[in-house]
Amino acid sequence: MNRTLGAFLLSALCALTATTTLAQQPVRIGIVTFLSGPAAGAFGVPARNGFELVTELLNAGNVPAPYNTKGLGGRPIELVVIDEAGGPQKQVAELRNLAQRVDYVIGYISSGDCLAVAPVAEELKKLTVLFDCGTPRIFEDASYKYVFRTGPSGTMDNVAAALYVAERHPKVKSIAGINQNYAWGQDSWTDFELAIKALKPGIEVKTSQMTKLMAGQFGAEISTLLSSGADLIHSSFWGGDLEGLVLQGAPRGLFQKHVIVLSAGEPAINRLGTRIPDGTIIGARGPFGPFAPDNEFNRWFRSAFQDRYGLPPIYAAYKATNALLGLKAAYEKAQKAGAATPNQEQIIAAFEHLTFEGVGGTVRMTLGKGHQAVMENAIGTAKNMGGELKMVDIKRYPAEQVNPPEGVKSDAWIKSGFKK
Amino acid sequence: MSNLAGVVFDGVVYSSWLFLMAAGLTLIYGVMRILNIAHGSLYALGAYTAATLAGAWLAAGQAAVGTYAMLAVAALLVGLVMGPLLERGLLKWMYGKDEIVLLLITYAAFLVLEDVIKLLWGVESKMIAEPYALPGNFQIGTLAYPVYNLILIAVAIFTGLALAWALYRTQRGKLLLAVIHDREISAAMGINVDRVYLVTFTVGSMLAALGGALTAPAIAVSPGIGVEVIVLSFAVVVVGGLGSLGGAALGALMVGIVRSFAVRYWPEAELFTIYFVMAIVLIVRPKGLFSAPEARKI
Repeated sequence: MNRTLGAFLLSALCALTATTTLAQQPVRIGIVTFLSGPAAGAFGVPARNGFELVTELLNAGNVPAPYNTKGLGGRPIELVVIDEAGGPQKQVAELRNLAQRVDYVIGYISSGDCLAVAPVAEELKKLTVLFDCGTPRIFEDASYKYVFRTGPSGTMDNVAAALYVAERHPKVKSIAGINQNYAWGQDSWTDFELAIKALKPGIEVKTSQMTKLMAGQFGAEISTLLSSGADLIHSSFWGGDLEGLVLQGAPRGLFQKHVIVLSAGEPAINRLGTRIPDGTIIGARGPFGPFAPDNEFNRWFRSAFQDRYGLPPIYAAYKATNALLGLKAAYEKAQKAGAATPNQEQIIAAFEHLTFEGVGGTVRMTLGKGHQAVMENAIGTAKNMGGELKMVDIKRYPAEQVNPPEGVKSDAWIKSGFKK
Repeated sequence: MSNLAGVVFDGVVYSSWLFLMAAGLTLIYGVMRILNIAHGSLYALGAYTAATLAGAWLAAGQAAVGTYAMLAVAALLVGLVMGPLLERGLLKWMYGKDEIVLLLITYAAFLVLEDVIKLLWGVESKMIAEPYALPGNFQIGTLAYPVYNLILIAVAIFTGLALAWALYRTQRGKLLLAVIHDREISAAMGINVDRVYLVTFTVGSMLAALGGALTAPAIAVSPGIGVEVIVLSFAVVVVGGLGSLGGAALGALMVGIVRSFAVRYWPEAELFTIYFVMAIVLIVRPKGLFSAPEARKI
């Protein structure tokens, strides 16, 4: 009897020690973001900065409530950062390696990479949080258990832009586009074209310029846009291409003669400042950067980021932070449900349909069977105020107004005239 | 009519930029039989150095007009440092190897230099727009064009003429042409082929850096700008005939103008048209428009 009791006590002690040890073991999170190539400076490195800063602050317990518990439910977070450059095939191979070294994965800026890695994450049964890529096809064309996306899909960027144009520039009768010739640019233009046609039937499309990624020089394209006679020009350019378009287009009067929509223009605000002419319509792919709500949580994030890196955070840093906070919220929700050190299945169950407070506002995992986030969106107009570029005339759109309902594909929803 | 003039002008501007790159590439190939992929990195280095020097010039409170001198200094500096460094430090040890091996070596140099650029300048883009905006605009019909484009065209024409003069009208140029024609015989006749190689590679590097330095004011100088350029330059050089300066000029003009017309009237086919021109030329003349007839060695 005594022997049985002794064995029981010993095993109970072992189990307790194991649980305590596990509870103190670091959580290893694989981070995938561009560290080289053209997207590194534009998004990849600001996103990595967001991940690193917030991880450090979470580990120290220095993030405001409701995230003021240390690390992930008390366990310190360790990041393993890898480069997203190299294309989808390379990323699939990288994910297979990374999955063996980490507990969870957060990453991916490129839509091509997201589309490629999502089925692989599912096959590997590795909880993977996509944080930035825009294509709505991830959860509209497939269903995943292990994949989540805490960043809103790209659909709302251009739907909000079209709504803004229809409201603020009702006299626009013709449009033209200049976008990069790959999935991102093509999808953005298609969404904008469909949305503006749904809002303003009969609007004329003058030209659609599709340039090679990182073409850099747009002399002929700018001439074509200038002579197209279009009232409005839409561009989803980013990085060096966006900066090049402004540097080359502004002196030639492109921004003065047309209403210009830069649907992903927010990162350029810090880079170009007042070189972006007044009146340019700018989006941030969500309520981020200058479009983030002026609340305590956002002020805390902006100030912490600015203090560390000397620049305000761009939307990629916001979305990186939201992915970490989403995972933390899911982990701790699973803990509250009774699991001291929740396993992956318990975290997934907690993550599905989760609503959590992000740095740009409330994030609701309502689409893709609870795996795809929606947020409100905001668009504004650039104005030089005392030598500093500010966003004015900011209009906020509720998430339901700029995202399709659950189970409806984005393009079909836009074509239907945004039917709910 | 003014529309057409605008399209042609856009094409000529693009051609000028292409020619500056292609001229160096074709010169190096003509003399050394090296398809220099690292040419793209030299272009990028020229752009970064120009942005840095011109930025420092303005930061020092100097007159904006001096930034043009900084662009030229950047091209000279990159050419004079990187040319000999790559040729003496790397390529010299590889001569005599297969052309493919040399191509792979320059590709390796390209990858290393891309990382060196990242190490030196980081991943953030650099901008130096003052030289682009400073001279103002001029009109073709209803369209405004930057005067800076005229400077680019003038530099390309001057460079082409200077190179042609140096090659065909000077003694050293004729020695170089002899090396192009037959390296072994030239060496046997007492021409210092090693020195010709060094000078050629340095001049070629300088041209690449000049292309980058002159482009820097119009773009955001960012990682990866050398990749796009090298692909297009190869297309131009292949159209014109590898090793031919006149071919590079004509190839650049053809590609630039065809692209400009495509952008205006058939934008979906812009990229296709560049390589369509290349394909047509290669079908008709497999070695390019200006390729010299090759003597068969027995």
